[in-house]
Parts: sequence; C-alpha cells; structure tokens
Amino acid sequence: MSNWALIIYCGLITYLTRFSMIALIKKEMFNNRIRQVLSYVPSAIFPAIIFPAIFLDNSGLILIEDNPKIIAALIATLIGIFSRSIIATIFSGLASYWILIFVV
Amino acid sequence: MKSNLKVFLKGIVDVSPLMIPVVPFGLIFGVLAIDIGFSPLETMGMSLIVFGGASQIVLLQLFSGGASSIVIISSVGAVNSRHLLYGAVVSEHLSDLKLIWKIVISYFLIDQAYAISNEYLKKNKDQNRYFHLVGAGATCWVIWQSTTFFGIILGAAIPEKLGLSFAVPLTFLALLVNDFRKFINIIVIVVSGLVATLGYNYIPFKAYAIVAGLSGLLVAMILTKIVKTNE
Repeated sequence: MSNWALIIYCGLITYLTRFSMIALIKKEMFNNRIRQVLSYVPSAIFPAIIFPAIFLDNSGLILIEDNPKIIAALIATLIGIFSRSIIATIFSGLASYWILIFVV
Repeated sequence: MKSNLKVFLKGIVDVSPLMIPVVPFGLIFGVLAIDIGFSPLETMGMSLIVFGGASQIVLLQLFSGGASSIVIISSVGAVNSRHLLYGAVVSEHLSDLKLIWKIVISYFLIDQAYAISNEYLKKNKDQNRYFHLVGAGATCWVIWQSTTFFGIILGAAIPEKLGLSFAVPLTFLALLVNDFRKFINIIVIVVSGLVATLGYNYIPFKAYAIVAGLSGLLVAMILTKIVKTNE
C-alpha cells in the first residue's frame, strides 16, 4: 500500500469514529456501561506505545539495566502526577534523558 | 440569543488554554514524520486528513516498526475509538442540524474541542450553541496544522543524536497524567504495557498495540464490574 493510501484509510477510519455517532446512531443506544468502558480507552491503548518504547532496545529486546529511558520516564511520571501538566511531564522527561545520556 | 460569531469566538477563547500542550505535540509529530522518511507533503497530508494527534504518532511508531498497513489502520481506529463516545455525547445537541453541518462538525470533534464545548453545550440551550464546538475545533485545527508545518521545517535541522523519538512515549505518558491517580486506570495501564512489551516480538503482524489495548479494556470491564457490585 502506498503511503498516501495508508494516510487516506487512516483518515477515513478516524473520520468514521467521529461521524458515525453524530449522524447514524441515537444516544439511547449508548448506555452508561459502554460509556464507562470507553472512558478507559486511553489508559488501555497508550501504554502499548509507552512501554515498548521505554523498555525495549533498538533490536526489540527487553533492556532493564543501564537504560536511561526508564529513569527518565519515572521522573516524568512523578512530575506528571504532582504537576498534572502535560508540558511539564514531556519536558522533565526529555531533560532528564538528555542529562543522563550527555552528562552522567 | 448571542450571534453566531460571538458563540464561535467564545469557543476560541475557551479552548485556548488547552492549546498549549498541543504545540510541542505537533512539533514532535512533524519532526518524527520527516525523521522516519515521510515526505513533507505526506506529513502535512496526515495532519490535514487524519487530524488526530495521538493516532498520527501511533501511525508513525508502527510504520517505523514495520507493521503492515492493516495493523496500522486498525490501530489508528482503536486509538480513535474514544471519539465514538464524544459523538454519542454531543449528538443530542446536534440532532436538529442539517446533514451537511453534521459532516463538517464531525471533522472538528477532537479531544480538546469536545472537552471544552461539551460543558458549554450542556449549559446553553440556544439554537446556535454548536458554533462553540466549531470555534474550538477550528482553533485546534489551526494550531495542529501550523505546528506540524514548523515541525517539518525543524525536522531537517534536528540531529538524530538528541533521541527525540523518546518524546513519543513521553507525550503519551503526559496524556495519562490524570489517570495515574485512579486505581483501576493504573491496573489497566500496567496490564496493557506488559502485554505490549512482552508480546512485542511474539504477537504476529506487529498487532501488539491492538492486543494490548483490548487486554486493557477487558481488564477495565472486569474491574469496573467488580467495583460496582461491591458498592
């Protein structure tokens, strides 16, 4: 599949997730239970991107020792929990990562 | 009743504070897309056609890991399935609109616009209240497209040594800051993360993101049920 086809299909499926409920389906079909479970979608999916990017090395093997990403991610998580700020979380993580790889 | 323009402008003002985190997100997306090998035009096309930050970065991540198109497309759909919830919630405020307006508004139904306009829609009963959502969505659109554009320009200038790909897990981590305080969310996060990490090499077609996401949702279904029966 060409890059453009991939992009267009991704756009289509994304648009459908937005449009379908507004246009086709009545609100009554969405009970509280489904609503409740859908609210967990970010917590269920984002870690699938976060964890492998932190714990796996370039060849896809698990790397625990001597891995500055784990320490930087932990610092970012703590800063995130206390500050509740998206920007503070990203930048504290990047700053600690750079300190660990360039300075320490 | 306020004029359409006033409601539209109110949407812009209300959503503005939420735009601050979008700026680094868009820049990171642009930089990474170029880094991975997408052309500037394709990168801009992604932001224009998909217009969904988290899912676009998932697209990049899976693409660079060599996942197949089907897996990438379904993962993007899975990440964006939360929009189903947004659509269902705001649909009652839009039910009187013509189809063409529903088509336009759907394009702008993104996280930040939903979060801010849902509050407004609940409090106001004016016929033209949906202009708030259009204003908020259009603001996000301008910020997302312009930061993508600057990211593309920066992408050529930023050295690979900086390890900016680490910004991907960090941006997703940042989107979960409020969930780290809730017990069920923490369990869901850990389960999904472990399934993805341990299954990364073993789940075929690089479908680890989908398998992990579904495992997380299953755990959420079970845990929310248990918590409810205990109450």
